[in-house]
Amino acid sequence: MNLEASTQQLSYIANQASDARVNIELETEGMTLNLGPQHPATHGTLRIIVRLDGEQVVSAEPVMGYMHRGYEKLTEVRTYPQVTTLVNRIDWLGSFANEVPFILAAERLMDVEAPPRAQWIRTALFELSRIANVVLFLGDMAVQLGATTPVFYAFRDREFVLNQIESVTGGRFHPNFDRIGGIKDDLPKGWIQETKDVLARIHSFCDEMQDLVVGNEIFQTRTRGIGIIPADVGLSYGLSGANIRSSGVDWDLRRDGGVGLIHDQLDWKVWTHPDGDSFARYWVRLQEVRESCKMVDQILDGIPSGPIMAKVPRIIKVPPGEAYVETENPLGIMGYYIVSKGDLVPYRVKIRSASFNNVSITPWVLKGVYVPDVISILASLYFILGDIDR
Amino acid sequence: MSSPDTTEEGLVEESVESQGDLIIDEERDVLVESIKKDLGSDFIDSHVTPQIDIWIRVTQKAWLETARVLFEKYEMSFFNFLSAIDWKPSPFGRDMDAAIDNTDDEVDIESEMEWGVTGGEKRFQLLARVHNPVTNIGINIKADLEGDFPEVETWIPVYPGANWHEREVMEMFGISFTNHPNMVNLYLPTEFEGNPLRKDFPLLSRRAKPWPGIVDVELMPGEDDDETEESGEET
Repeated sequence: MNLEASTQQLSYIANQASDARVNIELETEGMTLNLGPQHPATHGTLRIIVRLDGEQVVSAEPVMGYMHRGYEKLTEVRTYPQVTTLVNRIDWLGSFANEVPFILAAERLMDVEAPPRAQWIRTALFELSRIANVVLFLGDMAVQLGATTPVFYAFRDREFVLNQIESVTGGRFHPNFDRIGGIKDDLPKGWIQETKDVLARIHSFCDEMQDLVVGNEIFQTRTRGIGIIPADVGLSYGLSGANIRSSGVDWDLRRDGGVGLIHDQLDWKVWTHPDGDSFARYWVRLQEVRESCKMVDQILDGIPSGPIMAKVPRIIKVPPGEAYVETENPLGIMGYYIVSKGDLVPYRVKIRSASFNNVSITPWVLKGVYVPDVISILASLYFILGDIDR
Repeated sequence: MSSPDTTEEGLVEESVESQGDLIIDEERDVLVESIKKDLGSDFIDSHVTPQIDIWIRVTQKAWLETARVLFEKYEMSFFNFLSAIDWKPSPFGRDMDAAIDNTDDEVDIESEMEWGVTGGEKRFQLLARVHNPVTNIGINIKADLEGDFPEVETWIPVYPGANWHEREVMEMFGISFTNHPNMVNLYLPTEFEGNPLRKDFPLLSRRAKPWPGIVDVELMPGEDDDETEESGEET
């Protein structure tokens, strides 16, 4: 017994020593690796120039602009109702959520408030687009770590959510449904019950992901302790949304922001995670989908009756002034700074998109990690190229 | 949501008193006064929209100092964005809008510069926003910039996240940032000439093919034919 134990110990030490010798003897040399612009792990055309020493990243420099569409310039020649068509294309997986802060900013300048029914339907669609967006992330992150099944489940179940969005707005991806002073149309017949069925599906999808991905040992090894972002660093880079909440910052604009959505009348919870690693970012998003389902469920039970449009003139002229409105979008905080000179078109619109700031931390967080972890970290930061390049 | 005395969990108790129609936002007023004291003569102007937002305007040389004060003393740890505004109206007037969209008959091309909230003196104004996630108060900072191709100190020592925002401002407005480690174009190709977000940079696609204007004049089913622009509400 004693002999056996000591033999085991000796062989263990010998193994360790031989490993150490290999590490000393293997010379590493620097090389430059181009991730992208057509890398499957980037949701579009993000190019990252990674300089490596062996398997370790020395520096990482994202190169953007492959998809820059110049929306800030284009808004200067579009009337206010036309701008929503543009901003739909910023974060294309949760398009409706892009329109909301812009419309709210214009409403603030015009001193218009949407009627309660419009606000409730707006919030329902806002949360449905979050579900459609983040459900895809839950499957996509797993596929980037080598598990192919979850992404099929994600695409399958997201389709039901998109169907619900489509049956209200007429557009699967680009609803263009929000209007200054309300929303374009009322809910179709039978929509509430159908949506409840879809929410039940999403709930079971979340449970499935909990079993398949979160509880998976390989997934945990690949994500736990990888890409840790401390709260203060994340804040100074402007990280927002689930990325900063998974670093332990308890800050959610849906609860703290207090702009024209009705989240404060619902019963829900802001989830945070103290770790700040890739796993935490996945876990927080999983909980957020569940919370969103809960929210939509309560909204469906409580939509008040009444008009869906406030009284606004047919030709919209926004009084001179400046306003900044931000909301908690699926990817993080999205805001519009509108400068109006009392014209038909905005004088200047600054679009503060979430992914731009979320990705700007990559040179910091990728320094010193190993190549396989680069994929894990990029996937967990969850960006959409249209949201970076605007 | 719009009631000033919300006591929702997590909402910071804002010391707000409603005096008739006049809403006073003591917390934000006190904050602005305190910042004014810290910055001294570099603090030019401020504007508070009760319950909603704060704007301050500082001098160009105090740009970095302002960030430092806000970060260290007021714990504005969240960097929101950094951008700029070109206040000189476009020399092309409204020729890039469709004629049918124009309701103003007179377009004053030679119009003077008019500044927005907190006023201004120069053509270019920097605009940045930082936020305190604990008290949930954000603040917009503006600074007038001297000259046609201004230079100003970078915010990177305080907010590392300003890096890409400053590169974007550099290529889009021609405002460069001193002590920036990597002052190259972010989106545009290196050989690109001009600064697209300046108002005197024409939108060439509109030059080549003007916008058709409101072409969707077909009435929706059930919409009244007599509904004209003067009397009609948005449906």
